[in-house]
Amino acid sequence: MSVRHALLALLSEGPKYGLRLRQEFEARTGEMWPLNVGQVYTTLQRLERDGLVESEGGESEGPQKGFRITGEGRRELAGWLRSPAEVGSPPRDELVIKVLVALIVPGTDVREVIQAHRRSLVEAMQRYTHLKASAPDDDVALALVADAELFRLEGIVRWLDTADARLARFPQPAAAVLPAGIHASDGDTEPEAHPELEGRR
Amino acid sequence: MTAVLELAGVSRIYGEGATQVRALVDIDLTVDEGEMVAIMGPSGSGKSTLLTIAGTLDEASEGTVTIDGTDVAGLSRNARAQLRRRSIGYVFQDFNLLAGLTAAENVALPLELDGVGIRAARVAARDALEPLGLAERAGRYPDELSGGERQRVAIARAVVGQRRLLLADEPTGALDSVSGEDVMRLLRRACERGVAGVVVTHDAQLAAWADRVVFLRDGRMVDQTARPAGPESLLTPGARP
Repeated sequence: MSVRHALLALLSEGPKYGLRLRQEFEARTGEMWPLNVGQVYTTLQRLERDGLVESEGGESEGPQKGFRITGEGRRELAGWLRSPAEVGSPPRDELVIKVLVALIVPGTDVREVIQAHRRSLVEAMQRYTHLKASAPDDDVALALVADAELFRLEGIVRWLDTADARLARFPQPAAAVLPAGIHASDGDTEPEAHPELEGRR
Repeated sequence: MTAVLELAGVSRIYGEGATQVRALVDIDLTVDEGEMVAIMGPSGSGKSTLLTIAGTLDEASEGTVTIDGTDVAGLSRNARAQLRRRSIGYVFQDFNLLAGLTAAENVALPLELDGVGIRAARVAARDALEPLGLAERAGRYPDELSGGERQRVAIARAVVGQRRLLLADEPTGALDSVSGEDVMRLLRRACERGVAGVVVTHDAQLAAWADRVVFLRDGRMVDQTARPAGPESLLTPGARP
C-alpha cells in the first residue's frame, strides 16, 4: 500500500491538514490500515521535498499545517493509478514450502497438514465475511477491502484443495526427496522468483 | 440453544461386499436454532448425501437422524413427507421454481400442498417475500425475474410458514459474485430469525458466511472451524490474519 500516493489522492480533492489526511486515509480504506500520525508527516515532508505537494500556513508546524498538491503531484498520481500493481509471487511462499516439507518429514500426514492450513484460512475468511455482513450496505470502501482479502485467501484455499486432490491421486512415499533449491531451515537464499521449482526444470 | 438437526453416528453405505461404497461414515453433527453451518468438501466427499439424509429424502444405513426432537426412522412414509413439507425448506443451485406459477404462487405452493387454505397461504407467501425485498415482484413469473431474484423467491419458499430447517445445495452456483453475496446475506438473516441452516458447498467464500464450517473428506467429518471471533479482531494490526 503506497501511503505516498494515497495522500496525493486525498490532496487532489483540495488542500488539507495533516491530521485530517490521516483520518480520511483510515476512513476511505475501510479502517483496515491504521496509520500513525508520524508516518503521515514523514511522508508529507518527502512529498514536499520532491515538489509533489506544497505546504501552506507559513511557519506553523504540526496539525495546523496545511498541504496542497502541485501540478507535478497530479501527474505523478495519474501515472501511479495506471501503472501495473506488483502481483509477482513472493520469492518464497511459506505455505508452499511447509506443504513440500510435510511430504518428507517422517510420520507426517501431509493431507492433515493441508487441512490445518485450510481451516485457519477459512476462519480468517469468516472474520472478513462477518465484518462485511455487519457493515452498512453502502460502506463500499470496507466491502472492497474485505473482498480483496477474501479473494486472496480463497485463492490459497483453492491451491490447498488442488494439492489435496493431487495427493489423493498420487500419494507420496514418506521418504520423498526435497526438491533441489529448498532448504527447510534456510530462510535467506538468493531471491529467485520460484526457487522451489528450480529443481524440477 | 435448541438443536433442530441432530445426526448421530450416521453412515450411508451403498452396495455390498467388494463393490460397497461408504458415502458417509460415522457423522455426528448438531445444528442449533439460529445457526448456519456450512459443509465444505470436494466432489464426492459426501456433502450432497449428507444434505439428502438431513432432508429425509434418503435414509441413513446406520445412526440416527433427529429433526426438531423427532427421530425420523420411527416415522411412517406419510409422516416423513409431512415433516418435509412443514419443517424443511430446500434451496437448490438451479432454483427449481415452477415456470407456470408466479413468485407468490411458488412460495405458497408448499403450504397449499400441506392443506393450508389458499388465502392463508398467499398471506404467508407475501410475509416470506417481503423481507427478501420481493414484495413488488410477487406477481411476476420466474422468467420475468433475474437469477438473483429467482433465488430469493426460492429462499422465501424454503422459509415460508413455520419451517425449522433450511437446506441449501450450492445456492449461489448459478449467480455472479455480488448476487451470490446477496443470497448468502439473506440466508444468514433467515437463520438469524430462528431457522437452522445447512449450506453445502465447495466454495470457501460461500462457506465463510456460516457460523461454523464443517470439512468433509471421503465421507468423513475431518475438521471444523471454531465460531469466529467478532469482526473487531480484524481492526487491530496484530490480529490480522
